Amino acid sequence: MKILLFFLLLLSPVANAVDTYQFNNPEKQAAYDSLVSELRCLVCQNQTIGDSNAELAADLRRQVYEMLQQDKSQADIQQFMTDRYGDFVLYNPPFKAKTGLLWLGPVVFLAVGLLAVFLFTRRKKTVLPADNVAENAEKLAVARRLLTDKDTENLS
Amino acid sequence: MLKFIIPLVLFAILAIFLAVGLNLNPHDIPSPFINKPAPVFSAPKLTAPTEKLSTGDLRGQVWLFNVWASWCLSCRAEHPVLNELAKQQAVTIIGLNYKDEADAATKWLDTLGNPYNVSIMDSDGRIGIDWGVYGVPETFVVDKKGVIRLKFTGPVTPEAVQQTLLPLIKQLQAEQS
Repeated sequence: MKILLFFLLLLSPVANAVDTYQFNNPEKQAAYDSLVSELRCLVCQNQTIGDSNAELAADLRRQVYEMLQQDKSQADIQQFMTDRYGDFVLYNPPFKAKTGLLWLGPVVFLAVGLLAVFLFTRRKKTVLPADNVAENAEKLAVARRLLTDKDTENLS
Repeated sequence: MLKFIIPLVLFAILAIFLAVGLNLNPHDIPSPFINKPAPVFSAPKLTAPTEKLSTGDLRGQVWLFNVWASWCLSCRAEHPVLNELAKQQAVTIIGLNYKDEADAATKWLDTLGNPYNVSIMDSDGRIGIDWGVYGVPETFVVDKKGVIRLKFTGPVTPEAVQQTLLPLIKQLQAEQS
């Protein structure tokens, strides 16, 4: 019984792919593969419809298959999906006012980060020479003394 | 002083973003259908499968389109609210029996009550796709011209009926068809 269950477990990933549709045209197959890997399953939002086992994902795969069989283009099918589910259905949403933050956000953050690094390092450079030279020399002497003391200590 | 204020402000901004993010419902996806014509359907009625109901039949009236199924637990929670709304006869309620079996659906209405003027069958979920349905229950409000004015994802609550649905229905019914 246990062995049987184990084999059933092995079968389960294969079961997901059962409804993989067959195309006699390799171009359509490629379009299908690309579409199901870039359309989001809205039930389990971090999966594509190709990955997901949800019923809605299966229905959407069927929809994609049928539309390809009707000689609809990839763009037509993307349009069909966004008309119904909004840009959210695309894992690769188009750049427009609504999605601007999504696309530009990382760039803005990078720019802010670089600016911060630039300002921070420049301030350090200007601060150091402005320090009291005598004080620095004193500190340096103390440090040297500590280092040599330590060395002799370790040697002994 | 600035040394403390800058991190504090940054922390506050981060905290606000996170707080807003936590309170957003990721399943509440804005529908692209708001203020667009309702997708056309013509589908068999649940109680009389030989007869069909189509969107054209509903022209000139304000109607709710409620997507439900007997396998859907949240629909069970929502059902008394719809029954209550139906009792008030404020609006036509059309049900979309989504990916369900006619027997199970009929039995559900017999036991829990039937708030729908008509329920239509969408056994393979195609009407659902046309309407952008992804989480049952969903409820649309369609005006007299056949334009979708509001979409609810998830069960309709009594508060939502009082605060949102009824005022909107009243407003839409006052509009010219």
